[in-house]
Amino acid sequence: MGNLLSLTTFIPLIGAAILALFLRGDDAAAQRNAKWVALAATVASFLVSLFILAEFDPNDTGFQMVEQADWLLGMQYKMGVDGISVLFVMLTTFLMPLVIAACWNVETRVKEYMIAFLVLETLMLGVFMALDLILFYLFFEAGLIPMFLIIGIWGGKDRIYASFKFFLYTFLGSVLMLVAMVSMFSIAGTTDIPTLMTTEFPSDSFSLLGINIVGGVQTLMWLAFFASFAVKMPMWPVHTWLPDAHVQAPTAGSVVLAAILLKMGGYGFLRFSLPMFPVGSEVMGPLVLWLSAIAIVYTSLVALVQQDMKKLIAYSSVAHMGYVTMGIFAVNQQGIDGAIFQMISHGFISGALFLCVGVIYDRMHTRDIDAYGGLVNRMPAYALIFMFFTMANVGLPGTSGFVGEFLTLMGVFQVNTWVALVATSGVILSASYGLWLYRRVVMGDLIKESLKSITDMNMRERWIFAPLVVMTLLLGVYPVLVTDIIGPSVTALVDQYESATAAFNAANDVAASEVN
Amino acid sequence: MGSDISIALPEIVLALYAIGALLAAVYTVKDAAAGLLVWMTAAVFVVLAFWIGMDDSAAQTAFNGMFVADGFARMAKVMILLSAAAVLVMSKVYMEQRNLLKFEYPVLVSLAVVGMMVMVSANDLMTLYMGLELQSLSLYVVASLRRDSVKSTEAGLKYFVLGALSSGLLLYGASLTYGFAGTTQFEGIIVAVQDDVSLGLLFGLVFLIAGFAFKVSAAPFHMWTPDVYEGSPTPITAFFATAPKVAAMALFARVMFDAFGGVTGDWQQIVAFLSVVSMFLGAIAGIGQRDIKRLMAYSSISHMGFALMGLAAGTAFGVQAMLIYMAIYVTMNIGTFAFILGMERDGRPVTDIQSLRMYASRYPTRALAMLVLMFSLAGVPPLVGFFGKFYVLRAAVDAGLGWLAVAGVIASVISAFYYLRIVYFMYFGEETEALDAPSQPLLGGFLIASAAIMVFGVVNLFGIEPWAAAAAGTLVN
Repeated sequence: MGNLLSLTTFIPLIGAAILALFLRGDDAAAQRNAKWVALAATVASFLVSLFILAEFDPNDTGFQMVEQADWLLGMQYKMGVDGISVLFVMLTTFLMPLVIAACWNVETRVKEYMIAFLVLETLMLGVFMALDLILFYLFFEAGLIPMFLIIGIWGGKDRIYASFKFFLYTFLGSVLMLVAMVSMFSIAGTTDIPTLMTTEFPSDSFSLLGINIVGGVQTLMWLAFFASFAVKMPMWPVHTWLPDAHVQAPTAGSVVLAAILLKMGGYGFLRFSLPMFPVGSEVMGPLVLWLSAIAIVYTSLVALVQQDMKKLIAYSSVAHMGYVTMGIFAVNQQGIDGAIFQMISHGFISGALFLCVGVIYDRMHTRDIDAYGGLVNRMPAYALIFMFFTMANVGLPGTSGFVGEFLTLMGVFQVNTWVALVATSGVILSASYGLWLYRRVVMGDLIKESLKSITDMNMRERWIFAPLVVMTLLLGVYPVLVTDIIGPSVTALVDQYESATAAFNAANDVAASEVN
Repeated sequence: MGSDISIALPEIVLALYAIGALLAAVYTVKDAAAGLLVWMTAAVFVVLAFWIGMDDSAAQTAFNGMFVADGFARMAKVMILLSAAAVLVMSKVYMEQRNLLKFEYPVLVSLAVVGMMVMVSANDLMTLYMGLELQSLSLYVVASLRRDSVKSTEAGLKYFVLGALSSGLLLYGASLTYGFAGTTQFEGIIVAVQDDVSLGLLFGLVFLIAGFAFKVSAAPFHMWTPDVYEGSPTPITAFFATAPKVAAMALFARVMFDAFGGVTGDWQQIVAFLSVVSMFLGAIAGIGQRDIKRLMAYSSISHMGFALMGLAAGTAFGVQAMLIYMAIYVTMNIGTFAFILGMERDGRPVTDIQSLRMYASRYPTRALAMLVLMFSLAGVPPLVGFFGKFYVLRAAVDAGLGWLAVAGVIASVISAFYYLRIVYFMYFGEETEALDAPSQPLLGGFLIASAAIMVFGVVNLFGIEPWAAAAAGTLVN
């Protein structure tokens, strides 16, 4: 099995092609077939990806299962995974069948909907496996097209505004990254990611338009990549597209967006910013830490006053991503371990929370918190599941949410105590908005007439949540499952980063002491 | 002499064909032969394209160095011939239905194509002007082909007046260059400017560039484009958007490198300026357009800005990038215009983009093809339009024009808005009065083929890269 990675990546695309070419008509049977084909393709992709996990050797910090073929202009089709990316691949393949199952009730343009998700899965997997700069960009950017369509065609009332905002915002961020990529290609003469990770880009300070740029070219490139990944993450203050996109996107779209697409930003920081521009990261790191701390507190406060459930969860996602960026730019073992853990766990938890909203939205067609109340009386199973994931989102020990937050805070504490202090308050805030949401929606008496006939979750919905509950608990009580896989690669990354920045920091210390 | 003729044989054959067709049609059945002539002309174009494309001999000059046939010219000619053939074939039914299919139409297109072929093979200011005027005069006439329409006549007149002005500028530049360099031959000019550009030559250069900028419709010399695009019959617009752009861009590159290749620094800034202004003007002014033909005019201005970015790099790689960009641009435009040609309501052409509302629910395949083309025009990967941008960006960054690359990508985000808007109308819009069902499978074929090229080109760009590299290599030493 020499091409496991390509196989995993392109199975969904083949499924999409089958749907596009061979499925005719739009009657109930065709719709059902479309859903089953999509489910089969995503499940097949998941099963194949299990072989990747089985074959993966955590102690090898290089890239594994590499596939390579020549492409244009000295670029290559090169795929591979290492400890940092393999779990994102697994997260994607694991969640996609659930996503497909979650949109079983869709009735408009079902075939196209399934095709969009299948294409999107291929592109997301490609992002996590690509080992060529331009190939990465290709997958990274192409994901905008299906997502734009998913929001625009199947979204809510203001879907047009949201889809345009989503597309243009992220597109603007990424094209700046493209320029940086082109100049990396120009400087290093290659687009091979493993080679670039060991290339030292010039970091001599210079002056541009009268501004002294510490870290020189590296800082500029770092900023260009930051423009892309920070929008994708999203980080405060460029997060404003996310609440709009989430609110308007259909449930399955929200799940993919929160659970997988946001992780591309964090993955990008780990794959590009830290190893390729260590000096740039060192220069700009404190800024990111503070932006993250602000994001955690500010977006948690914003979440507190939301009337729309999806918006509330969207803001909570921004806050949780704040922990991720904070952990990454603490650049130590705990911080980065925690960041990756947080991303994986947030994939399960936020995905599940959006599914929870979807369950009651399907029944009542509103996401307004005020329209609910006392659901526990008629939906006990739902109340339990929602409770579980609310607690996981808050970071209750025993769930995976706790481990990520704890590790990142510990990592940051060693680097910048003040940031850690501010960020810790986010834990309290997340408890307040999470529990308050739960109280308003689920607890109390069932007094609203419209809710009196609401039904509890059906079997399909229960089965969708089951694997998510299992994973959240499993990672919560036994986090070693993740940290064992990512550990060695993260150690290598941190070591490489420290040796690369040592010279720069030494020079700076000398300069500083001379000034004194 | 014999070898001179053999070098310029394709041009001579095409010119003779055009004259022969004209005479034959005039003396026999006139317009009744027009349909046949369209097919024949297209066939002649395709045959010539293959003939030229198969030839891979070294660069040869003819007629005392006034005419050159090298790899660069050959590649440009193949693009010109194939795109002209495609547009001719696409236009036949449209022109027939609207009573516009006169026998002069294919003849004039052939003459314009001869002009373009001479342009890209010019090795002397005289040849350059001759080719340019042959092309322009034919285009002025076809722009006003619909004689009973005010808009078409206006388009023709505007095109003529502004085109004449630009030809005047160009001629003035050419005469200044001749006066100060003492020769009209590019080989002579490049020697004259080798060490130092005199003020007179610099003026000549600037006027020449202004003239070329008119022809490629680069801002700030773009004013004619939207009106001419809108006013001309749609097939003519499709023609304007493709072959003449390639010819003018190739000529631009030819003069810059063959005649002024020694003083890259002197023209680089001007071209970079044209590039950045065109990209932004095309991107911003296109936002408010409601007519799809005007929109495509602004889109083409923006795209010319990108192609000029490759030229501004002033390197062989830049020329290669420019050639690849033009090839991709032409392919996308043929597909898009195949779509526009099929937009009808009650048998009348519609160009309002609002009329596309919910197009996708009625004609999903065509809508999907158009969606692919729109994203490709916007430069979103993995579609081939992205690679065009990628190559020119790489050329600009390699040449130290990082600021131009940054400006370019920002402009591409702005212009993405109007391409997305078309997608939005087709897929998310509200119901409206439906367009007629597409009646011409041929147009659908071109549309879908073009979209398929945009998708599958990601594998290796259909091998155009080495070809463009070889072509650029013959132009830039």
